Amino acid sequence: MLTPLESEALALSLRVGLVSVIFSLPLGLLVAWLLVRRRFPGREILNGLVHLPLVLPPVVVGFTLLILFGRNGPVGAWLYEVFGVTFAFDWKGAALASAVMAFPLMVRAMRLSLEGVDTRLEAAARTLGANRMRVFATVTLPLMLPGILTGAILGFARSISEFGATITFVSNIPGATRTLPLALYSLTQVPGGDHAAWRLCIISVVVAMAALLASELIARRLDRRIKGVA
Amino acid sequence: MTGALEIDIEKHLGGFSLAAQFSARASGVTALFGRSGSGKTSIINALAGLLKPDRGRIAIGDEILFDAARRIDVPPEKRRLGYVFQEGRLFPHYSVRGNLLYGRRHGGGAVSFDQIVTLLGLEALLARRPADLSGGEKQRVAIGRALLADSRLLLMDEPLAALDGARKAEIMPFLGRLRDELAVPIVYVSHAMDEVMQLADTLVLVSDGRVAATGGVEELTSRIDLRPLTGRYEAGAVIRTVLRGHDQTYGLSELAFPGGRLRVPHVALPLGSVLRVRIQARDVVLALAPPVGLSIRNAFAGRIVEIAPEADSLVDLRLDIGTPAEPVMLWARVTKRALAELRLELGSPVHALVKTVALARPSPGRPAAAPEESEAS
Repeated sequence: MLTPLESEALALSLRVGLVSVIFSLPLGLLVAWLLVRRRFPGREILNGLVHLPLVLPPVVVGFTLLILFGRNGPVGAWLYEVFGVTFAFDWKGAALASAVMAFPLMVRAMRLSLEGVDTRLEAAARTLGANRMRVFATVTLPLMLPGILTGAILGFARSISEFGATITFVSNIPGATRTLPLALYSLTQVPGGDHAAWRLCIISVVVAMAALLASELIARRLDRRIKGVA
Repeated sequence: MTGALEIDIEKHLGGFSLAAQFSARASGVTALFGRSGSGKTSIINALAGLLKPDRGRIAIGDEILFDAARRIDVPPEKRRLGYVFQEGRLFPHYSVRGNLLYGRRHGGGAVSFDQIVTLLGLEALLARRPADLSGGEKQRVAIGRALLADSRLLLMDEPLAALDGARKAEIMPFLGRLRDELAVPIVYVSHAMDEVMQLADTLVLVSDGRVAATGGVEELTSRIDLRPLTGRYEAGAVIRTVLRGHDQTYGLSELAFPGGRLRVPHVALPLGSVLRVRIQARDVVLALAPPVGLSIRNAFAGRIVEIAPEADSLVDLRLDIGTPAEPVMLWARVTKRALAELRLELGSPVHALVKTVALARPSPGRPAAAPEESEAS
């Protein structure tokens, strides 16, 4: 059904999306919590930084990542020396680029759900003998679960459709960094590639749509379960 | 629990300043009574550790919960004070059972799960979610949850305020049972005098962020100077009585107090039960001579001990209808004209005719102390 090129691109996209979500989820949760619950100097700056990828040209993000995380970049060189990890021209770089681009969406969803958590319930939990950690694990986290899930799925969907930052940062290498959108772009650049491009378009739409529907469905069901409405 | 509850705190909250100081025995029910916005809730939030005072000290017995000078601030989870909030605050994602067990510590506390479930009548609700409970049921679960957290003291912030009259009547007996059967000390915040009168032993009057007075319910409600705080329209005295007899023929019960007996419609309680009754000032009629040919059966001889103007045309009189050894205070609200025409003044002997008696159900906990047999009228 799928050509080898298509399945290769799809598999790479899914892997990039999953890895980017898994790694950005805890960080996103922390940032959401900081933004909602803490008042500290520089909070507005953090808020701005998180949202920046939403409004910047993706090329700017990709180029910045290239400068910072390239083999000779300050962060990239350090990571290579200490952990032996390379981002440049590698699928991990694609995951990083996707994660940065998807981060604002993810944080927004989690922020909204955290804002919806009644702090009076947390206070009640503390009077019942639960320390801050236990309150977070047993009250805050379960109540924001629908938002975390929505954030994760939106982040995933955003990750697998990332194009600009990825191609700028890790280029377009078949089998390494050529995700669905990049493969699609390549096909549009060669004569007679229209048919194959269309097929990739449809695959992209199907994956994105499935993610959105799943997000809606799961969030709604979780919400009902948590609130206990029959 | 032994030891006293001692609070001396200051806190600025926006335009409101709280400077509350009182100490009360940490046993029985202590009611913080005052209008909405007087600072009652802030006081118990500080007690629970949910509101940090700017200055001051909070202690229960020898244990210091908060001391600004010594930088002691025990976190709420270590204070072991169960808190029943006005809106219940049940965890929506837990079942009733899960809510009840949330604060259960290893090994459990002094009360067992089954005991609490039975006491509060929660057997049928255990598997349900808070969303499926009525307001009264939610409050019962909230009370059980606070008790099961091995609390040494229960804080209740207007637990009945969000309920309608029928639901209130449903919860009230449970609160009485907590006090009497479990002997958990309770700090009860309320702006409803009828609740306070039914439950409380000690009254702490709160007004504008200050504690205006602390004392027994009977004592404070009989003080005319505190009348603006204890309720102007409902002004009245609270009298402690002992159930002494039943009159089967007329379906009446006799409540004895030092100085006389009140006859009230039958009360289904054992003889010797202690009951508080509330007699409102506007329900007391004064006569110069013992009444003859009147339908009112409750009449007591006494003398005027205080005269306080109430409104333009009204005065409140405080009467002592007790014995020389044990004074019992009653209020009467009369017109200034009546005062002048009857030539009533301090020390005047009068007969007080009581039209209506509000019964508070079984009151200050303990059974009747010393026998009070002799004063039958």
